[in-house]
Amino acid sequence: MKHRTFFWFFLPTATAMLLFIAYPIISIITQSFYTPHEAVLIVSEVCDPFGCKEETTVDQEATNALRVSKPAGNFVGWNIYLDRGHLATTEVAEAWRSREGLGDFFNALGNLPFYRAMAFTLTYTFVVTPMLIIVGFMIALGVNSLHRQLKGLVIFFSLLPMIITPLIGSLILFWMLDSRGILGSALQWMANDPSLSMKASTGLTWVMLMVYGVWHAAPFAFVVFYAGLQTLPQDTLEAARIDGANRWQQVKHVIIPHLMPLVTFVALIQLMDNFRVFEPIVSFNAEAHATSLSWIIYNDLQGETRQLSAASTTSVLTIIGVAILLSPVLVRTWRDFKGKT
Amino acid sequence: MASPANRMPRGLRIASTLFIVTWLIMAAFPFFWTLWGSFKVEIDFFSIADWTTALTGDKTKETYGSPITGAGYYGAWVQEEFGRAVINTFIVCFFVVCTSLTIGTLGGYALSRSGFRYTFWLLMIALIFRAVPPITLVSGYLLPFFEWNVWGILPTTIIVLVAINQPFTLWMLHSFFQSIPKELDESAKVDGCTQFQAFRRVIIPVMWPGVVTTGLFSFLLAYNDFAVTALLLSKENQTMVPKIASFLGTTQTEGNVMFAVAAVVSATVPLFILVMFFQRQIVGGLTAGAVKG
Amino acid sequence: MFLKKLALASIMTLTASSAFAACEISGRVSIVGNEFPAIHAVANGAKECSGGEVKANLTADHQKINVAGMSGNPAEYTTAIIANSSIAALMNENVIRPIDDLVAKYGQNLKKNQLITVSGKVMAVAFMANAQHLVYRKDILEKAGLQPPKTYEEMLAGAKVIRDKGLLQNPLGGAYKAGWNLGQEFNNMYIGHGGEFFKPGTAEPSINNEAGVAALKMMKALSEYMNPDFLTHDSNATSSEWKAGNVAMMNMWGSRMEPLKDPAQSEKVVVENTTLASPMTVGGGSTPATTLWWDGWTVAKNISDEDAAATFQAMANGIDPSQLDSEMSTLAVWLIDGYKPTPAAVGVFAAAKMNATPYPMLPFIGLLHTALGAEIVDFMLGKESAEQALADVEAAYTAAAKEKGFLK
Repeated sequence: MKHRTFFWFFLPTATAMLLFIAYPIISIITQSFYTPHEAVLIVSEVCDPFGCKEETTVDQEATNALRVSKPAGNFVGWNIYLDRGHLATTEVAEAWRSREGLGDFFNALGNLPFYRAMAFTLTYTFVVTPMLIIVGFMIALGVNSLHRQLKGLVIFFSLLPMIITPLIGSLILFWMLDSRGILGSALQWMANDPSLSMKASTGLTWVMLMVYGVWHAAPFAFVVFYAGLQTLPQDTLEAARIDGANRWQQVKHVIIPHLMPLVTFVALIQLMDNFRVFEPIVSFNAEAHATSLSWIIYNDLQGETRQLSAASTTSVLTIIGVAILLSPVLVRTWRDFKGKT
Repeated sequence: MASPANRMPRGLRIASTLFIVTWLIMAAFPFFWTLWGSFKVEIDFFSIADWTTALTGDKTKETYGSPITGAGYYGAWVQEEFGRAVINTFIVCFFVVCTSLTIGTLGGYALSRSGFRYTFWLLMIALIFRAVPPITLVSGYLLPFFEWNVWGILPTTIIVLVAINQPFTLWMLHSFFQSIPKELDESAKVDGCTQFQAFRRVIIPVMWPGVVTTGLFSFLLAYNDFAVTALLLSKENQTMVPKIASFLGTTQTEGNVMFAVAAVVSATVPLFILVMFFQRQIVGGLTAGAVKG
Repeated sequence: MFLKKLALASIMTLTASSAFAACEISGRVSIVGNEFPAIHAVANGAKECSGGEVKANLTADHQKINVAGMSGNPAEYTTAIIANSSIAALMNENVIRPIDDLVAKYGQNLKKNQLITVSGKVMAVAFMANAQHLVYRKDILEKAGLQPPKTYEEMLAGAKVIRDKGLLQNPLGGAYKAGWNLGQEFNNMYIGHGGEFFKPGTAEPSINNEAGVAALKMMKALSEYMNPDFLTHDSNATSSEWKAGNVAMMNMWGSRMEPLKDPAQSEKVVVENTTLASPMTVGGGSTPATTLWWDGWTVAKNISDEDAAATFQAMANGIDPSQLDSEMSTLAVWLIDGYKPTPAAVGVFAAAKMNATPYPMLPFIGLLHTALGAEIVDFMLGKESAEQALADVEAAYTAAAKEKGFLK
């Protein structure tokens, strides 16, 4: 295709992405290097319905004068990246120096918000992604062998966990998993432990979130793999069968290689989505036990005083994290790409 | 698949059926439970005392004289005008899917047909774009949108959702177009068509299975979005998901959880109809084999 | 009989006069605020005004959009409804204007104590109050042979009695959900212990002290008598527990009392025995371990003077004493002249009478609150000491306050 033709074909989508994604990314990056001006504090009298008292307030005029003189704010370089809320270099170095063994060092790391979030985010990503691919693949194989008439209905019900809004789907499960809800009671009965509560222990909360993650995303893998199975070259399968390949060998040598590009695609999308895990943490009220990078951003923007610079910094770190995570897949895609041209 | 020579051995068939049945129960049970519970009062459905009250509906009976009540639905639809949110959602979904597919098809097609190196980098950049957490993007939009006076209206949200969804759409359609043989449009070009004519006459007729599947994902994104719609839409233009979230109450004030449950069930019905309607396209379309390599 | 009729007639005229209240404005009014019935009532009152357009966008996400919505010129929103915790964000960004002139001109029906003044300038008009206070179940306390607790120590001892007698497994309730709720409970307890959040006149935190440790230890002791999932229970979940009859005592928002006594939502025995009481003290202190809150409205800076005047008039009409009919009275604890406290308001009034501390209006309190909500979780889970948790809070707060320019 000529450059010119390519340009016109690609222009609409490029414009949309430049305006609404690229431009905000630039401002996010800029924001992560700047902080608001120092606030000039004064003590003055504050009165409300319950009485008057002396309180610290911001001197608006003096602060505004600062604001007008430097509208972009204070340039602080990498300060925010290195502060306690993010990479916490000073605290990490300190923990390393005063460690009494590796366990102690990791405990100290776990006390810092960024590393605590990373611990959950990475565990979640690397447990949920393979699991959902396996489960999705198995459902696809199972559904594919069903009778034609059953397929439609089964596909619809299989899609339910994906098509329901994550915020609401996880809320429903959260209610059911309460120690007096139907699932919570069932689990207590199965474990034979009437005091079992999924929400009270860190370990069980992690399990709950990950099971939810697989439940929610397996249908996506299923749909993609199922589509792939429909294009399976029947003659190759036939040939394998004539060669005496058993069922397992057919799956291993014909079906899986055929689906490999789709596995890459699903892995790519899901690694990224799982790394940004957010909704289940909010709906499951799980922040006491599990936090993620996206949750930190949400929390920074949530309070009465919004921390834009901190949120921007965590966003940039998230993008970098995704890039590192995806790099093996990307290298593979690059090789495929070069191989083709 | 089901040729006689390849019939499954009995053990495997039982195992496979069992697995599918287990999965179906896991996938569908929460929704049937919610559907059932939406006709109860809060204290029964959430069964804080004992989960069996969700089945018997003791408190519901005490309050409404029957173990089943439509109070949640009445509250959500009549009192809180959930219908308006439904209409808004459909407007948003319709335009998001159409716009997203139109510009995504053009872009994805171009990416799949151009062999230059920059296409790879464009795909990579799109992937990085997808990595940005939506909440950060949205909080950046607020100020300019208020200044240009476009905050709170549906078109703004539609454009933002289309843009946020483009990376995924591009990737998906790019892979679909790659599996359509290049010879098809090449030969059309040899016959004297321009690239666009080739696209229109040769590619469009065979691209539907891929487009429908991508469209389904665009639809779900728009339908389920919370981050964008909660912050960019004013109260009267709200779509379903933020509306449902607003039923849940805040720290200082009581929400109306049963309105939310009834609304959740109501919000799932259109999805049910949609999938039933498009099931043939989703299943049959993919089977048609247009994507055969 | 005659008197009754007379009273009825006078009420009728009052209501009627409110409907025909001469509220004539010439300008644009656009309200942003939280969504709950009391605020809807105020907005509806503002909408009665004729002569200009009155719009309202009431949503739980109001805090995320109000600053952006008032920053433009002219601002999209001419007024934001806020509370004492959130007015600082608007003042920090310099998007609201002093309204002394408007008060003098149009504020005849406002009481002096409704005016929120900072450095002598009126910045907001408050219309309702709120506070957390004790609620208890009369029947359970009687069965256990207990008096309603006046202090948290008594509450703790009572909880032990109730559990030992097998009346309830988890007799205490509390909105201890990690995040804002948990931070708020710490604030209550710390104030009850006589703590000061900051070194006077500065933004430097000073919570890692004896009062802080005592506050945390008390919270931990109370949590032993709560549902084991307490770190996931916000005030919604805590209220539901109460309605189901699982809890005997809790510290809860005054604004949430009405539904607890609603027979359609609560078990019968709960409705009959839910009793409101004043907030408790702790650690031998005399200041109750709670905070007082107000909700009020502001006027945007970046709008024309006509629009500002229209906004003030419309909002003043929304909280005019003539609006207070029997329905509106039950929606909140109003600060409006002529408000007669309903039974659901006794807790909040008791809190005010005991000279409870208002939630501080400091510009940087939000940052400390966020840090508290996130960092004391580990202590509540038993993973670290109280001192370590408080040191973490101070470190987290310091990083945030440096970023926002409150600390160097």
